[in-house]
Amino acid sequence: MELFVFLVAGAACIAGALGVVLNSNPVHAALSLVGTLFAIAVLFVAQEAHFLAAVQVIVYAGAIVVLFLFVLMLLGVDRSEDLSIEPLGAGQRIAAVVVGLAILALPLLALASTDGDATGAGAQPGDANLLQEDTADVAQIGASLFTTYLFSFEVTSVLLVIAVVGAVVLARKVKRADLVDDPLTHANDPEALE
Amino acid sequence: MIAVAEVTPAWYLVLGSILFAIGAVGLFVRRNPLVMFMCVELMLNAVTLTFVTFSRMLDDIDGQTVVVFVLVVAAAEVVVGLGIIVALLRKEPTATADDLNVLKG
Repeated sequence: MELFVFLVAGAACIAGALGVVLNSNPVHAALSLVGTLFAIAVLFVAQEAHFLAAVQVIVYAGAIVVLFLFVLMLLGVDRSEDLSIEPLGAGQRIAAVVVGLAILALPLLALASTDGDATGAGAQPGDANLLQEDTADVAQIGASLFTTYLFSFEVTSVLLVIAVVGAVVLARKVKRADLVDDPLTHANDPEALE
Repeated sequence: MIAVAEVTPAWYLVLGSILFAIGAVGLFVRRNPLVMFMCVELMLNAVTLTFVTFSRMLDDIDGQTVVVFVLVVAAAEVVVGLGIIVALLRKEPTATADDLNVLKG
């Protein structure tokens, strides 16, 4: 059963990933991305990471891809791109594929040299981070977040605030004159306030 | 009788490597900044798949906790990145990644 799930979801994953890279229309690429993200969520379920599968669908497929499509539609850049133009001239694509194969070969070699067990030491029985079969994974992730990773968790909240502020600053339309003109100098001028 | 192969965690790791490589090649060959962003998302997802696989291999919940952080970072990255892309494309609707050179000295 797991074999069947893995083969179907894995094929969908790779097909979607190729669709992202090879589609000339960005909207089609975004829809291919949704396919890959869903297939990865299925693979999460197959590995008993149910909470992450739900979050994957809600955050990635639900929020992030919608954000992509929103920007595509808002800016009206949803036309096809001429894929025959190479970014840096002749030979760039071949070089990119060679580098990609090298990137692929590295983890595969690491995997092959350790008999498919390319990993360090795991949790020992009695450790706090040991995966419990009888406890829900969301409870364990929550406990881990609020004990071991509490500081990192607080730092991510700062990161999100910075991201929101950055997005507002970037998206605001600033007239060039406003950059030179300090509004505070007109604070007592009723005409400037209007 | 067909011998049914057992799905080992290594299969998931190989799939994650393939996805990561496809995302990396896409990042190299595409010029549309939005599609390049989607390729970055592919690479991030390949890594989260690997983390979940290691979590199961090692019976260690930390792998899944890290995926939560990856999700947060991906969300922040998309917000800021799309802000930059909106600012760029509003000025020049046909801009490609090659046009992002205003910081060049």
